Amino acid sequence: MESALERLWRTLVWAFVIFFVVNVLAMISTVVVNSFGTRWLNSWLPAAFTVRWYASAWREFQLGDVLLVTFQIAGAVVLLSALIGVPAAYALARRDFPGKPLVIVLFLLPLLVPPITFGIPLATVLYKVGLAGTMWGVIVANLVPTVPFTVILMIPFIEQIDPKVEAAARVFGAGTGRLFVHVLVPLLVPGILAATLLALVRTVSMFELTFLTAGPSSQTLVVALYYSVFAAGVRAGQSIDAMAVIYMLSTLVWLVVALRFVNPTQIVARVKKSAA
Amino acid sequence: MSASSRPRQRTLADRGIDGVTLLVLPAALFVVLLFVYPFVYGLLLSFAPKEGGWLGNYAKFFSDPYMYGTIWLTLRLALPVTLLNIALSVPVAMQVRHMRRQRLLTTILVLPITLGTVLVAEGLLNYLGPQGWLNRLLILFGLIDRPIRLVHNYWGVFISLVITGFPFTFLLTLSMISGIDPALEQAAATLGARARQRFFNIVLPLIVPGLAVTFCLAFVDAFSVFPSAVMLGAPAGETRVISFAAAQAAFEQYDYSYASAIAMIMAVVQFGFVGLVLTARGLFYNGPAGGGKG
Repeated sequence: MESALERLWRTLVWAFVIFFVVNVLAMISTVVVNSFGTRWLNSWLPAAFTVRWYASAWREFQLGDVLLVTFQIAGAVVLLSALIGVPAAYALARRDFPGKPLVIVLFLLPLLVPPITFGIPLATVLYKVGLAGTMWGVIVANLVPTVPFTVILMIPFIEQIDPKVEAAARVFGAGTGRLFVHVLVPLLVPGILAATLLALVRTVSMFELTFLTAGPSSQTLVVALYYSVFAAGVRAGQSIDAMAVIYMLSTLVWLVVALRFVNPTQIVARVKKSAA
Repeated sequence: MSASSRPRQRTLADRGIDGVTLLVLPAALFVVLLFVYPFVYGLLLSFAPKEGGWLGNYAKFFSDPYMYGTIWLTLRLALPVTLLNIALSVPVAMQVRHMRRQRLLTTILVLPITLGTVLVAEGLLNYLGPQGWLNRLLILFGLIDRPIRLVHNYWGVFISLVITGFPFTFLLTLSMISGIDPALEQAAATLGARARQRFFNIVLPLIVPGLAVTFCLAFVDAFSVFPSAVMLGAPAGETRVISFAAAQAAFEQYDYSYASAIAMIMAVVQFGFVGLVLTARGLFYNGPAGGGKG
């Protein structure tokens, strides 16, 4: 039987969960409501609703260009990290070689060290070689955490594939290249999609590394959003929030798709499980 | 593979290295070149200051209270937030693990992590502001009679770190607690242990090592707080965090050597705490807690 004290405790814990969730949803809602509001002073809701802030945000912040840059950078990061990361994950899943634990640590470090800590020395090096300020600089900087992320995320997906399938392909004369194209990649589609989409979300929402390496023409949406809040007062708050809503949509779409392939817990837990 | 590479291939194959193993090379080289090398370069650069001897940057940092004070200001945020997030995560995870529609809750909680600190800061600026819904609600219920100040100070940054940090520690804790074999608790229950006793005598000892790792990840993350400290805090005053000082040195004074030194000091503090926690972790039980898959 449950005692009264245990029931009270359970109620308290659930009250906190509800309080937290309500606050998160309310925080997101204020941004959406404000972006559609005309004037919002001293009241629960804006006086009237309009969509004109979206048009003005689109013009003032050159959102067309910023979105194009954002998705060019994210697309390149995702493609390159899959090309570099999946083969490495395959090697780590299938082979034991001397120094393997060290290689795993090498891949875990960029995920565990916060971006701002390694971002400053990285930006310094990229400035020295002249890459910083360009789109390639931003792409390279964003690859630093996403390549290891893809490797670590793909290892369990590859381990699930029965090695006999590969052995059969090899018996019929397939080399590693053909094995990848005709056997592994088709079997790995869910894993690759999950890794790719999560890498995409990470790149679109990666503030620190992009902030440290971007120039005026290589800013992604999240950095543009930061600068517009930083210089608040120059622009109407509603236009900034319109931009924030566009940013939210540009990350959440991919998250929703990604969640079809992975459990939300895995988004954060994958790293920890292999670390422990 | 061509015939000429045969002999060498065989000797490497004896050590477990073949063509497939080499696939790890591009990724490994990439990380070495763009993660390890910049770190070493930054470390060396920090010992080559614009002026003064090889320790000039560090001397400059530790002789200026406005600079070395940032360590304390950052710790004052990161430590309480991380401890609070973990203290909240454990009881919530204990309840949620039995929940049927867990996925809805975990999806909502993954939102703030996905949206990132910049968006959370912008949302909180609206929500916690003097005209925001939170202050209005508190006034409506008569809990306060004038808006309380929650933005552009310590508490704004604190709340933003809870909003992004709690879901992170919670999801890690949940995956850990779900991994504990339920048979262990059932056995204790059969022997008459109450929920409280089962938690303190069975679950807690099993998750302490995992909680230590969670603490490290969450602390390191909170210690490098940057955009929300600038947007929601008072970057010239009580939330002048160390990452802001480093970014200022790099982008306002263009002193990359000094900025690298600050980044290294940041890394030392982070690794110092991680080392401390992981050493303490060695004192606890560290073995399998689940049946089969851990």
